[in-house]
Amino acid sequence: MTAADTHRAIEAVWKMEAAKVIAGLTRIVRDVGLAEDLAQEALLVALEKWPVSGIPPNPGAWLTTTAKHRALDHFRAAERSERKHEDISRELNELERTPPDLDSALDDPIGDDLLRLIFIACHPVLSTEARAALTLRVVGGLTTDEIARAFLVPEPTIAQRIVRAKKTLAQKRIPFQIPRGLDLAARLSSVLEVIYLIFNEGYTATSGAELLRASLCDEALRLGRILAELEPAEPEVHGLVALMEIQASRFRARVDAGGNPVLLLDQNRMQWDRMLIGRGLDALERANSLASARGPYHLQAEIAACMRGHWPPIRWTGKRLSRFTRSLQRSLRRRSST
Amino acid sequence: MRFMVIIKATKVSEAGGPPDPEIMTAMGNFNEELVKAGVMLAGEGLQPSSKGARVRFSGKDRTVIDGPFAETKELIAGFWLWQVRSKEEAIEWVKRCPAPFNEECEIEIRQVFELEDFGPELSEETRLQEERLRAETSAKK
Repeated sequence: MTAADTHRAIEAVWKMEAAKVIAGLTRIVRDVGLAEDLAQEALLVALEKWPVSGIPPNPGAWLTTTAKHRALDHFRAAERSERKHEDISRELNELERTPPDLDSALDDPIGDDLLRLIFIACHPVLSTEARAALTLRVVGGLTTDEIARAFLVPEPTIAQRIVRAKKTLAQKRIPFQIPRGLDLAARLSSVLEVIYLIFNEGYTATSGAELLRASLCDEALRLGRILAELEPAEPEVHGLVALMEIQASRFRARVDAGGNPVLLLDQNRMQWDRMLIGRGLDALERANSLASARGPYHLQAEIAACMRGHWPPIRWTGKRLSRFTRSLQRSLRRRSST
Repeated sequence: MRFMVIIKATKVSEAGGPPDPEIMTAMGNFNEELVKAGVMLAGEGLQPSSKGARVRFSGKDRTVIDGPFAETKELIAGFWLWQVRSKEEAIEWVKRCPAPFNEECEIEIRQVFELEDFGPELSEETRLQEERLRAETSAKK
């Protein structure tokens, strides 16, 4: 393996592991900004050591352990500089212990941390652009440069956005928690908004030269699918996944050979990706099995499926039709359509 | 990027006996990880070649040959379709796959053509073909 090959392999591992590593660290240090910095430091050590020693069999655990050691150094240095905060010494002790987390012994601790990370990165206290940048960074594992090129924004702008987002979360003392009860709907809506924003950013990329931007669609789909596994009882999550799968299915048919947009009716049906259509319809079935009242993404997914002739026509009663129309008007006002 | 990940056949897979329960459990867990990571698009196990057939194309001739087929090296036992960000990511996932058999075996990784790969000329060709098919189909109605 050449040095370049190893580097690419390490990059691939990072993209696979970053979210879980950062999520686990955030639970310990209770600051997503610090957690991400520590994880990045661990990555630098990996880039130095793994080309020589090879990629370890459990790279996620290796990165987490290395980051924890960095955290210990960080807190000891802080103590030595006489900033005697109770928080820091408490966290230092926590790092040295391995507390048996009785609550999560029965659950999926890694999954829960990942879910907490998604919720905090998409917190509504941040602007949508800040949420998108931070999510792609800590959940997607993308570099600042990749995010900047994908959004056609200068790299320093994205870097600043991420720095400020982390500061805001720390200043507002946003807790690292899975929202419950009445809070959940609004917070979930905030997450779905971010994922769909990322998807639409990629979807507007029209030419082959913009493959990096187009890969945002893949990234959004990936995030949606991950979320569907973490919150399987939420119909709007499956609704969003269904909508993205169905829209992505005609991604390649949207422009002709000259790069000009093609009307839906004219789009070459053979170019519609049948696997994605199938996946979209499966996700729509899941959403339908969970709720009869359609949230905005669920509704849009159903419309998208009907419009493309994949879903059987729905029999409308007067009441249902007027409810549908009002709902549709509300959600169409919120999005620009192709 | 999409990849087809192919489990090559072995004498064991061709023998068609009951699957090793430990391997089944490990594979089940691995598949769950793939789904949780948003990577898994599709995946199936394939029955031994004794249940299959081949069609040989030679000029205008078509010859049907029933399985089983002797050259295990030419056979596959299963496949997945994955969505990942790079070939390296596909390789990393494969490295984490539990050994599919209790003997030496291979998993092959092949990238799926996306329509962009064909270039604008072929899209036009495909479009014209589809137009013809549509015209033929509606003429029959």
